[in-house]
Amino acid sequence: MVYEGHGAPEEGSEPTGTGRTGWPLWEVFIRQRRGLSHTHAGSIHAPDAETALQNARDVYTRRSEGVSLWVVPSVAIVASDPDAAEEFFDPAADKAYRHPTFYTIPEEVGHM
Amino acid sequence: MTGPERFQSILDEDGKIEPKDWMPDGYRKTLIRQIAQHAHSEVIGMQPEGNWIARAPSLHRKAILMAKVQDEAGHGLYLYSAAETLGVSRDELVDLLHRGKHKYSSIFNYPTLSWADIGAIGWLVDGAAITNQVMLTRCSYGPYSRAMVRICKEESFHQRQGYEILLTLVNGTAEQKAMAQDALDRWWWPALMMFGPHDADSTHSEQSTAWNIKRMSNDALRQQFVDMTVPQAQYLGLEIPDPDLSWNADTSHWDSGPIDWDEFWRVVKGDGPMNRERLEHKRKAWDDGAWVREAAEAYAAKHADQPRRVA
Repeated sequence: MVYEGHGAPEEGSEPTGTGRTGWPLWEVFIRQRRGLSHTHAGSIHAPDAETALQNARDVYTRRSEGVSLWVVPSVAIVASDPDAAEEFFDPAADKAYRHPTFYTIPEEVGHM
Repeated sequence: MTGPERFQSILDEDGKIEPKDWMPDGYRKTLIRQIAQHAHSEVIGMQPEGNWIARAPSLHRKAILMAKVQDEAGHGLYLYSAAETLGVSRDELVDLLHRGKHKYSSIFNYPTLSWADIGAIGWLVDGAAITNQVMLTRCSYGPYSRAMVRICKEESFHQRQGYEILLTLVNGTAEQKAMAQDALDRWWWPALMMFGPHDADSTHSEQSTAWNIKRMSNDALRQQFVDMTVPQAQYLGLEIPDPDLSWNADTSHWDSGPIDWDEFWRVVKGDGPMNRERLEHKRKAWDDGAWVREAAEAYAAKHADQPRRVA
């Protein structure tokens, strides 16, 4: 395949995760068109918010993909723990009565 | 479920692994290596085409080529971001490239000698890349797969504009048609080599397949590319430089002649026509841009206290 290496990795070719990290990372959210909410598109490096917006525009909306952009410092994102996802989302699992299909409505009543 | 159990069950259901999920060390390392190499390829890939921006035959072609080269830069950035979700920094990956510790696709170590090469790159090199990348949209790592979806959408323009360049040349003067043929002669075999060694010699394939990173073998992808490209060459009225190329009615595929693997390994190991120049140019661009990065950081520090705009 095009991008997989060939042979054993060369000595010193594994990143150590300790190198220079450079500019802060920002998460990019795009509103595709009015009436829709912003959705996550990817991330971008930039030294400040203004540059982050401009970089996000250049990288993520070269083909008019959006009418509004948000950039959020990646460090500000608080995420749920995937290892605890089962317990975390468990309270919803046994509450089928929260869904409309749980209820039987006689056909004569019509669409509800 | 333990981490390893969940990882395996996600793969078994053909699901996606996401950045914060538990994953085997080897899976993480393989992906970092592959995504970084992919990102480096996009970035180095700007050079052979950038070579013709100032010499494009018309303003129309120049604008298109600039847009394409910008796309390649963007693709590099999507991919570095995907690699960063695995716990490495972009700067570290770029540094490994600059120190010659990381590779990029060997195809970019060939020179672009004529304008027709820009056509051949779009048609063949991007065509081969698309074949590979369409497969990678189904890879098990979510951020890589999503980057591939985005990239594939954009690559389609690259391939079509390349084919259109050649179509224009083959319908031009005899000299222009000869230029198109010459480009095909030089790019055909390197494009086939982009798919990597034959399956029997492909060292990482088995594990990558088990991890759902790789969904098709090198040879299967190469065959798919040949079958797709031969009729396109015929339409152009150009001859593919392979005397053994023949239609196999039994398999309904085109059979190709042998690939020069000595050349492949020579270029992979650093002795292609342009290896040194590509890396030198990349390092120089990085060093020459240092003052811009420093100025941007100084500006950011100075304005750090100002309130941010609200969307």
